This record gives sequence, C-alpha cells and structure tokens, in this order.
Amino acid sequence: MSAMSHEHDHHEHDHHEEHHHKDTFITKYIFSIDHKMIAKQYLITGIIMGLIGVGMSMLFRMQLAWPEESFKIFSFFLGERMAPGGVMNNETYLALVTIHGTIMVFFVLTAGLSGTFSNLLIPLQIGARDMASGFLNMISYWLFFTSSVIMVISLFVESGPASAGWTIYPPLSALPQAISGSGLGMTLWLVSMAIFIASSLMGSLNYIVTVINLRTKGMSMTRLPLTIWAFFITAVIGVISFPVLLSAALMLIMDRGFGTSFFLSDIYIAGEVLNYQGGSPVLFEHLFWFLGHPEVYIVLLPALGITSEVIATNSRKPIFGYRAMIMSILAIAFLSTIVWGHHMFISGMNPFLGSVFTFTTLLIAIPSAVKAFNYITTLWKGNLQLNPAMLFSIGLVSTFITGGLTGLILGDSTLDINVHDTYFVVAHFHLVMGISALYGMFAGIYHWYPRMFGRMLNKNLGYIHFWVTAVCAYGVFFPMHFIGMAGLPRRYYTNTNFPLFDDLQNVNVIITCFALVGGAFQLVFLWNFFHSMFFGKKSVQNPWRSNTLEWTAPVEHMHGNWPGEIPEVHRWPYDYSKPGHEEDFVPQNVPMKPGEEVLHH
Amino acid sequence: MTSFLVLFILVLLSIAIWQLTKIFDLTQIGQSSDNTQIANDNDNKVNGYLMFAFLVFIYLTTIVCIVKYGDLPLMSGSASVHGKDVDQLMWISMILIFVVQTITQALLHYFAFKYRGRKGQTAMYFADNNKLEFIWSSIPAVVLAVLIFYGLYAWTDIMFVDEDEDTIVIELYAKQFGWEARYSGKDNVLGKANVRYIEGVNTVGVDLADPNAQDDIVVNELHLPKGKRVVFKIRSQDVLHSAYMPHFRAQMNCVPGMVTQFSFIPNMTTSEMRETEDMITKVNRINQIREKKNTQLVAEGKTPLDPYTFDYLLLCNKICGASHYNMQMKVVVDTPEEFKTWLKDKPTLVQAVKDANAAPADAEKPNVTNDSTTAKADTTVVAQVEMK
Repeated sequence: MSAMSHEHDHHEHDHHEEHHHKDTFITKYIFSIDHKMIAKQYLITGIIMGLIGVGMSMLFRMQLAWPEESFKIFSFFLGERMAPGGVMNNETYLALVTIHGTIMVFFVLTAGLSGTFSNLLIPLQIGARDMASGFLNMISYWLFFTSSVIMVISLFVESGPASAGWTIYPPLSALPQAISGSGLGMTLWLVSMAIFIASSLMGSLNYIVTVINLRTKGMSMTRLPLTIWAFFITAVIGVISFPVLLSAALMLIMDRGFGTSFFLSDIYIAGEVLNYQGGSPVLFEHLFWFLGHPEVYIVLLPALGITSEVIATNSRKPIFGYRAMIMSILAIAFLSTIVWGHHMFISGMNPFLGSVFTFTTLLIAIPSAVKAFNYITTLWKGNLQLNPAMLFSIGLVSTFITGGLTGLILGDSTLDINVHDTYFVVAHFHLVMGISALYGMFAGIYHWYPRMFGRMLNKNLGYIHFWVTAVCAYGVFFPMHFIGMAGLPRRYYTNTNFPLFDDLQNVNVIITCFALVGGAFQLVFLWNFFHSMFFGKKSVQNPWRSNTLEWTAPVEHMHGNWPGEIPEVHRWPYDYSKPGHEEDFVPQNVPMKPGEEVLHH
Repeated sequence: MTSFLVLFILVLLSIAIWQLTKIFDLTQIGQSSDNTQIANDNDNKVNGYLMFAFLVFIYLTTIVCIVKYGDLPLMSGSASVHGKDVDQLMWISMILIFVVQTITQALLHYFAFKYRGRKGQTAMYFADNNKLEFIWSSIPAVVLAVLIFYGLYAWTDIMFVDEDEDTIVIELYAKQFGWEARYSGKDNVLGKANVRYIEGVNTVGVDLADPNAQDDIVVNELHLPKGKRVVFKIRSQDVLHSAYMPHFRAQMNCVPGMVTQFSFIPNMTTSEMRETEDMITKVNRINQIREKKNTQLVAEGKTPLDPYTFDYLLLCNKICGASHYNMQMKVVVDTPEEFKTWLKDKPTLVQAVKDANAAPADAEKPNVTNDSTTAKADTTVVAQVEMK
C-alpha cells in the first residue's frame, strides 16, 4: 500500500515523468526510453558482438599456429565454402581479421563500453532523471542494433564479408576484382558503419547536452566524477571525428558505385585499365585516420574514467591529482585530433609531415604518463579492497603502461619504418587500447552490476576470470612484440610460406595456446553474468560504500531514478577516508559539517 | 609439437582449477557470516599475494622472451648505412622502455600487495601534490624532447635525398601478387610510365616512345651494388602495397596513381651477410626446423623442403589481397663489379618488346629473367577458385 501511495506522490511531483508511460513489455524492455534499460541493451548487444569478435580471433590464431591444417572446428563454424576440408582458406583468414577488428573496435569497445556506461552513469552520477532526450537515446540504440545486425548479415553473403582490413584502404576495398570480399560484403560493411556513425553521433550529442545542462544543484564541473569527465570528453571527440569517417565512407560508396574517383587513379587490374583518374588513396588514409586515431581515445578514455572511479572507491582514498586528471583528459583529447599522421609515416605523404606528427605524437606520452603515475600514487598508502573490479582496474594500469611504452617506438617516424605493420604494432595496440579498454569494461561491469541488475556477481568466479585473463593477455601479446621486432608482417595468412620466418613458428604456437585458454575462460564471465542476473545474491543499495550519486538511488528499477527530490550535491566525489568523519566514505549528497574544510583543490 | 601443446594446455588448466578450488576453500572459512560477494580481508590477502606473484610473472615473461627470442629482433646487423642510426635509436628507446616498465610495474604491483585492505586499516587522505605532478610531467617531457630530436634528425637524414649525389635510380613496381624492378639504364633516368601503356611484355607500362625509356631494363630479381646510394621510385599497378626490406631498415608504400620514394646505401653484400655469425646461427636454426619437418614430410611421402640459404627479401607489408602473404622478391646485393656484369647481359625493354613482336607466339610470356627460387608455389590457389 505504501508503495502505491509513493508512486502516486511521484506522479504529482514530476508531471511529465511516466505520465503517459504504461510499462508494457515492449515499452519496458524493447523500445525503452529509460537510460538504465538502454544501457543494459547496449551492454548485452556489446557482449554478444564481443563473443563473435573474440571467437573469430581464436579461429584465425589457430590458423597462424598450425597453418593450413584441417580442423573440425573450422568446418563447423566456417563451412565448406570458407574452409574447404576444414582448412581455412586465405580469403577467409583476411575476412576474419577484418571483421574481428571492426567488431572489437566499434561494436564492442565503442558502443558496448561507452554506450553502456555513458548511458547508465551520466544521468545517475550527475543527478538527472534521464538523458536530455530519451527518445533520441532510444533511436541511438536501435540504430546501433541495426548496424550490428547488418554487420553480422554481411558474414553470410556469397562473395564473403569485407576482407580489406578494418582500415578498408581503397583501392582494395573499392574493387571487387581485387578481393572478392570487396563486393556485397564491403557494401554491407559501409552501410553498417554509416548507420553506426549516425547512432554514435546521436548518443554523443545526448551525452554532451545532458552533462552540460542537467547537473543537479551543487554539481559543478569540478565536482563531477572522473567517469563523467571521461564520457563527456569522449563524446566531444566522437562528434568531432566520426563525421569525417562518414564522409570517407560516403565517398568510398560513390567510388564503388557511381564511378567517381575520389580515392582511385591509374589502376590496371584483371587485364584491363580502369577509368578512374586523379584520386588518391592517401586522401582516404588521411580521412580514415582523422577518425581512426581519436577512435583509440574514444575507446580508451571511458575505460580510464571507469578505472579512476573504481580505483578511488576501492582504495578508500581520493583519486590523486583530480585536476591533473581532468587536464590530462583534455590534453589527450586535444592532441588525439592532431596525431593521425603517425599511422601514415610511410604512406608516401611528404616526409616533412612525418616530422610534425612525430612531434605531436610523442607529446601524448606526457598526459598519459601523468595518468599512470596518478593511479599508482592513488594506490600508495590506501586500504585496497581487492574486488574483481579493482583487479581489472589495476590490470588496466599495468597493460596501459606496457602497451603505452612501445608507443614511443611506433610514434617515432624513424623507428616506425622498420616495425610499421609488423606484429610489433599488433602487440602494441592490443595491449594499450584493446586489452586495457576491455579491462575497463570488465571493471565497469563488475562494479556497476549491482546498480544495473540489483544483484551481485559472484566474486570467486570474478577472481578466476581476472587472473586467467591477465596471465593470458600477457602471454599472448608480450611474445608478439618479439616476432614483430623480427620483421614478421601482420595480416599474413601463413608465416611459413618462405623460410625467413620459420624460426618464429614456435612463438606463434605459444601465443595461440594462451589465446585459446584466455578466450575459453571468458565463458566463466559469461556464465557469471547471465547466471547472476537471475540467481545472484541480492545487492544492498551501496555495496562498495561509494560516494557517487548513483548509489543514493534505490536498487529497484524505476523510471526517474530517485523517488521524490533529486539529491543535492555538497562536495566532490572523492572524500574517502577523510579525517574527521566516522565512516571512510562521505557521499556527495552529505552536507559539509560545520567548520569542515575542503582538503583538496 | 602437438603433444607439447596438449601438455601445455593441461598444465594451464590444472593451475586454473587448483586456483579455483583454493579460492573456494578460502571463502568457505567465513562462509556463515560473509556471503556478500564483496572482498573481505581474506580475498584481499589472497589477491594481494597474487598481485605480487603477477609481478614475478611479468618479469619472468620478459626474461624468458629476451633470452629465447631476444636474438630475433632486427636491432643489429643492418645491411644499409642509415641502418646503424636506426638501430642505435632503437636500442636507446628499448633500454629506456625496459627501465621504465620494470620500475612502474614494480611500484604498481608492490603497492597493490603492500596496501591490501585489512580491517581497521585507514587509508591516507592524500588528494594532490603540485610538486609531484610537476616532477612527473617534466621528466617525461625532457626525455621525450631528447628522443624527438634524435628521431627527427635521423628521419630527415633518411628521407631527404641529396639529388646531386652519385646515385642509381631503380623503379620498384608492385602488383597483385608480385614485384618487378626497372633499372634506368645508362642515362640513370627512368622513362615515363603509366598503366595505360601496359601491353604484352611491357608489363610495367613504360612509354616506349620516351627517349629516356630506351635503355630501361625490367627484371624480377632485384640486384643492388654495395656502397652506392640507391633511389627507389615506387609504383603500384592495382592496390596499395608496401615495399618492406627489413634488413635494410627500409619501407615505403606503393600507391596507385602516385610515385613514392625511398633511398638507402646497401653496405653488406649478400655473401658477406651470409657469413656473419648471427646469420649463420639463424640459418642453422631454421634448417634444423626444416629438417625436422622433412622427416615428417618424407614419412608422409611428400617432397621435402629445400634447405634454407639466406637471401635478402623484399616483402609486401600492406594488405593487398588473398595472396598478400606470398608476395616477395629476392634482393641480391653484389659488389659493384658483379653488379655490372649482371646488368650487362640483361636486354632492354625496348629490345624485349621488339623480340616479342617478331615472334608473336612467345608474346604472352613476359621477357623477364625469372631466377627467383625463394617463392614456393602458392598452395592456396585451389581454395580460392573453389570459393568462386
């Protein structure tokens, strides 16, 4: 009875909330405009796409370790067309590599990570009832869903899915004569990406507007949790750079279908000269990497934001250097838009540009170093609660350092000459953005699972998941640096076709073993995730004893987040173990005690 | 190899299961009072120690990789003059990276171990410190400034070629899935070319009417004279390729519609390189691997692999299609005398076209000397055809 009167109350206070909103199954679970439900939709779609992406990598890793051998598992997953007699063929290898890259970068680590946690946390942590536009938010998710479906459909077309690498450099991606995946498969890829970009833009605009306009009373920009700063700046980078990729995709579609020559010139293929004249593939590279590089930070910044929050909470200590963290997020965001040329040192562009981009690229190391050192200092003299989320956050700092350091080599044009497009690059970016961002995503899931589903994930399964993943991630990518240093080019179907790299084959076997074990253990996570959703232990409202506003809202799923008034904010989010308080945490909505000092600046 | 693999996986799995049971056991202790799924002191202790163990794991992985695979890197024994600079910069960067990596990982994991949570322990409220922030922004800044200037100096040196120098101009021509090379002949100027001129034996599309083209020679094995600056003019016929010559620390993309350039001075002939100690060990190692494979191949009644002798290779290093992995050209560095004799016998392209026209029956065969032995036949063509 009291619940009902409560509900009634709520209606009166917030007139436009839930007024015409009868929760049928469809409006609650499918075409929902509630940010928490949309976050869950993003998460589950992202996890399913992740399953496909990681599964593909396990398949092509097997091919690399045991080239041209027949496996039943290939016959089962790829079929007779892609793996005749259980032997993966060379075009399929390239297709798998391409789609693995696309899915992991865009569908898992952009939409799955940023989409999930921006949607979940922005309204909850800034004290808003929902996103600025719930409707736009819903459309954003359904466009993402549509693009995922199209991407998956492209796997089944007869000429094969896109197989020109996730960077889809023309002319290879423009000419079906050059590789059969550049037929219908590539068309679907481009359509899917165009829809994806529309979805991402709608999401990003929504995030920006919400953060700027809907902060609760007292929530100044310098009281925002670092998660929100990260999501906010990520959205800004997205709005700046994604449209450039959209234009590149549209121009490529025109080159492919309507005979324009933006990216094509002087081509002789399959016995005839094509009509294209005057375009330049280097132009495409510029356009692609103008998004492609910021994309790295679109993937990474949310992970770093989540880590900041999780490390502070679980260290029971304020994040060290809050303002320095914000400054480094801003610096990274700014620099990320002027370093794209380091992907193109040897593309044939003017070498002078190479010098400029070397300079800007190495500058990024400074804010990155600041972030890494600040994380380490936050751990120092803390009272670390080693929850699974915390382990993943520490793991993120570790891989971020290991992967980031090799960036000093790749960012230096002189050294890039010899390691460009080798496995050294593969090792570098997988550690620094792939594994790190995945760890950030896992940290976020373990940390906010109780907030999303009202239940706890099993911690022991979480520990097993983390430790096996951590060992395997290093086991895969650490040796990979060495085969890269030996000059092994990436995207080779086999490395044993000529004798030069024969002695690297055993390294490839070791890498694949780690990859298979690591991949298999993600099932532990999947089990934990779906099982706990229904049978997990019921969560209390603030299980991690955290300061941020999302833990002041009741566990039950409700539209509008807080019954009654929105909480007012009186302090920054990192008052952990503040002297003069009994508890080791002081939530943001607790007013300052009389005479209490602000101990940070 | 398979048995090793199975063993390996079994070991890993058993470690994992052992872990699993251990952790479960540990949580059974406080089961009655604590089932919140939030880390308790016991979890903190176990995972704190595991953090420390993980640091050891990272160090061990590093040491094992360096000891076992550390001789693979192309960090010494370059075959070009500028290679020394590149290698030196690489060593400096690598040592720097390893030092920073060792220290920061130690701090991170040691702190995670040392400050693991205990009941009654209070964290220190330490929110910021300008001095510390200043120190760790300025130290990287200074170190990076040094690296940047060294790098830019070397880069400018490599990429900007002095046109007055005594050079030899060679065109590298890439297409799906092979390479050709065009020597500019006595005049050291390449004749004009465009894909629209491709016809019969004129596979690289040279404008035969161009006076500069009259002495051009097209081959498909690259020979370079030791000690002379080679300027490569690089073209592609169809899609992007990348001319990657790892031993010379050289790489440049091949872009259709555009001529790109790279230049270096080879300073080790192929035979000199074969006799270096590092190369002898490497070749021996590869040959042992191949012999092992051969015993298996012979047992299966297949033809054994040829023993490996070292040759420089030009590899394609930009995804270019289904057979990208099998697109390479043999590169031979000769003494200047050997180089002269080798080039002397080669017919010019103009001559080759004339011959081909005189004997139309042979016209389909491109007149290029095919003495490359390194490439094994592409075994996957069958699979490709089946796909269509």
